[in-house]
Amino acid sequence: MGHVIRFEDYTTTDRAVLGGKNASLGELVAAGLPVPPGFAVSADAYKEVLGTAGLVGPLAEAVAAADPDAGGRARAMVSSAPLPGELVDAVRAAYAQLCRRCGRDDLPVAVRTSATCEDQPDASFAGEHETYLWVRGADAVLEHMRRCWASLFTDRAICYRAKMGYDEATAAMSVGVQQMVVPRTSGVAFTLNPHDGDRSQVAIDASWGFGEAVVGGEVTPDNFLVDKVLGEVSKRTVSSKEIEYRLTGSDRVERADVGDDRRTTPSLTDEEIKAVAALARRAERHYGCPQDVEWAIDAHLAAPDNVLLLQSRPETVWSRRPRASVSSGTAGGYMSIVNTLVSPLHTRRTASTDG
Amino acid sequence: MADRFPTPFEIETPPGAEGWQELYPYSVLFSEDRREYEESQFWFQDGVHLPTVIPPWDATFYEYAFAGLGQNNTRHYVIPPARGVDFRTLNGYAFLSPVGVDDPAEIEARVPHFMERAGYYYEHWNELYDQWMVKIRELIGEMEALHFEPLPELEPLEVITSGKGLGSGYRLIENYHRLLDHALKLWNYHFEFLNLGYAAYLDYFGFCKQAFPNIPDQAIAKMVAGIEVDLFRPDQEVKKLASLAVELGLDDAFAESSPDAVLAAVNAHPQGARWMEQFETSKDPWFNFSGGSGFYSSDKIWNENLELPFEFIAGYIGKIRRGESLERPVERVTAERDRLVSEYSDLLASDEDRQAFEAKLGLARTVFPYVENHNFYIEHWSHAILFRKMRDLGGMLVKEGFFTEADDIFCLKRDEVPEALFDLYSAWAVGTTPRGSHYWPPEIARRKRILEALRQWSPPQALGKPPEVITEPFTVMLWGITTESVNSWLAAGADGGGGLSGFAASPGFAEGPARVIQSADGIGEIEPGEILVAPLTAPSWAPVFGKIAATVTDVGGIMSHAAIVCREYGLPAVTGTAFATRTIKTGQRLRVDGNSGEVTILD
Repeated sequence: MGHVIRFEDYTTTDRAVLGGKNASLGELVAAGLPVPPGFAVSADAYKEVLGTAGLVGPLAEAVAAADPDAGGRARAMVSSAPLPGELVDAVRAAYAQLCRRCGRDDLPVAVRTSATCEDQPDASFAGEHETYLWVRGADAVLEHMRRCWASLFTDRAICYRAKMGYDEATAAMSVGVQQMVVPRTSGVAFTLNPHDGDRSQVAIDASWGFGEAVVGGEVTPDNFLVDKVLGEVSKRTVSSKEIEYRLTGSDRVERADVGDDRRTTPSLTDEEIKAVAALARRAERHYGCPQDVEWAIDAHLAAPDNVLLLQSRPETVWSRRPRASVSSGTAGGYMSIVNTLVSPLHTRRTASTDG
Repeated sequence: MADRFPTPFEIETPPGAEGWQELYPYSVLFSEDRREYEESQFWFQDGVHLPTVIPPWDATFYEYAFAGLGQNNTRHYVIPPARGVDFRTLNGYAFLSPVGVDDPAEIEARVPHFMERAGYYYEHWNELYDQWMVKIRELIGEMEALHFEPLPELEPLEVITSGKGLGSGYRLIENYHRLLDHALKLWNYHFEFLNLGYAAYLDYFGFCKQAFPNIPDQAIAKMVAGIEVDLFRPDQEVKKLASLAVELGLDDAFAESSPDAVLAAVNAHPQGARWMEQFETSKDPWFNFSGGSGFYSSDKIWNENLELPFEFIAGYIGKIRRGESLERPVERVTAERDRLVSEYSDLLASDEDRQAFEAKLGLARTVFPYVENHNFYIEHWSHAILFRKMRDLGGMLVKEGFFTEADDIFCLKRDEVPEALFDLYSAWAVGTTPRGSHYWPPEIARRKRILEALRQWSPPQALGKPPEVITEPFTVMLWGITTESVNSWLAAGADGGGGLSGFAASPGFAEGPARVIQSADGIGEIEPGEILVAPLTAPSWAPVFGKIAATVTDVGGIMSHAAIVCREYGLPAVTGTAFATRTIKTGQRLRVDGNSGEVTILD
């Protein structure tokens, strides 16, 4: 059937049936980047399930009715559709293989949606669909796969498609299943300096625990600048990191205060800073444009395998501006030497050595 | 924090140094006549070239240097915002004040002259530099040809038969004048290229900083750094001699305790002649190499202190025996340099920028060999000859009873030497006794006491009120003095200590025990893995860079010797910390961060 595709087996022809999120992870794995392993259930599987159950027409009617219960009725239909045995076997086999690969039974995974509509780059569904964390066991994976499908019919998603003018008949859902990472430290990295657009730098924000603290702005992260070419840390600012998200014994992530002893300790070693920068740079090289990546240092793995890429998307702020030319408007030839001698040098030095 | 340093007029004479002013020309002293001007200026102590007390005669080179600097900036090339440096001597230490052009209209008016004059040099750099090499070698030949010999009882008959009518007394005085003329010419030549070279380098540097505001300084420097550099030749020659000694099986000779014993052992060896042949070739000129900045008559020259190069040879022999390679990683350095250029170039915004980058990098590389190499020809080779000739003259005057040792001559001001020589000449001419043999011995003893008293005194880093921002380009580039470093001096003065930070001159981290070295004499104490802490380093220290873990200096910027060599050797370096040798003690554990410029004392 080929409805279950491991990330490492991804090829670009799978993009249409895997949705943007899964395709992106598959592409990163194919590019040799260290992404936590996993697999995707294609949108064709979803379509087949709907088709076999005879739900295509009833779903369209339910959505078209546009009454307050429309979403609920549609979700109930999707949730109760029987699953073909071949699909169930394929998902179970892929999960079992993932467990073996990661060396533990009942491997906790993230199960998340990857809508094929997301292919429209101007219509990001970010946040419109579901992610289920700490899912354990094949039965639970199958159950959450259905929930993902159903989430295509949340009231918000239905409204959004209507507003954007997308054809309901083409809306389909791929599902991604990926190993959960327990990060010691995580954060984001830009392959340029977000303060001045300097493309020779990778800027890293890092803090203890799960990335929510950094992404959600709940903590002042450590900040590092790494020169891309030299590969050296060019600036470091270690902040007092007050809170972190960490794993409790029962697969729950909780917000907690960071102990005094770790608050002002750098959350990355120099080797890790360089490794994160190198990772971001590889993503940038792969896509050929500045990237905004999410990364994590896996608490259970040893260097150098512990530096993981969770997501990479194009940087949008500086990349959309026209880049200022350094040479235009400056005098040619030796006149620029005159300008150099006249203009104060101290500011230049300050830029490179403070911090 | 204070907003200014003491004025020159607040500085007192150290006890026992009364009368020190007589040891220097009246023109370099702070004085009531020029007080208003002198108090309005900012003066910094030139720790890069003259970190300690300047003996009277040695002041010649530094005075000639700054005259040459000013002349070239102001009268030759009309560098728009920078005229040069004014200089003074206070308590025996050199203080400098950059002289800029403040009026924008005047800067503007200077530009066309600069474009025409400097432009000519940039346009014809390589041929002019070739010509410079010919000139400087000619001058070196003329300096080498100067001889100071005892005055004869009778002039040779040839003086009579040639009909010249001039004898040894005249030659003696003439030769001394010629020595000074050569020195002045030398320093004119020195600045014929140097500031233009720095200006082109600064332009390239500024372009990189504008394109990549966060680019580390050392990345910019690495893209220009030369591969075959004359300044590294003495070190290469020493390695060559070490390899040859091992190859010929006479390496045991270097276990001998003195240079004479080493040479005797080499000569006694059947293969010794081959080594001696190479030794003679290497020595001339590459052992005309100073253990210091080259500005002091007391700096040890390799040729005259063979224990210095022999110690390095012995060290390299040890490395060869342990199976280590002495090769400089030339290929690696070249490959790394090419990689940096290509990757930064790729990161630029447009092809137009890439072309500008290529042009500026090209000019920086054209001018850079001079910037690196002149130091060997001027401060090392030429100064070594001139100091040697002066010592010959001093030795002659010892025989005449003027001095007790040859080096006493450096206790005379340069313009006192003709007086002494005339005293000798005129007495010799008529056959009477010169006054010098009575006058100079006690006078020199007095001067030595004064100099010793001055050496007990520590000069402030600077005098007067600093400008709000240091913009004078050469102050930043040549002396590594910036608004930040001046502020850190002021802050340290306030709390008596202050954190140690300086230029992030060569990247990397290192931890290890400190070895504080005040001069080349201490080099032998350095153990492998130690962090070298020194006022500054000299090119002749090159062999120690193979065994240390990092370098920290009191003075110097990113283009200082320590910075260049550490980048070459891949060692972390922090330069221009101002206080390292005063704050750090040998044996303390240090952490050196060559990326941020921070030095931490761990215990």
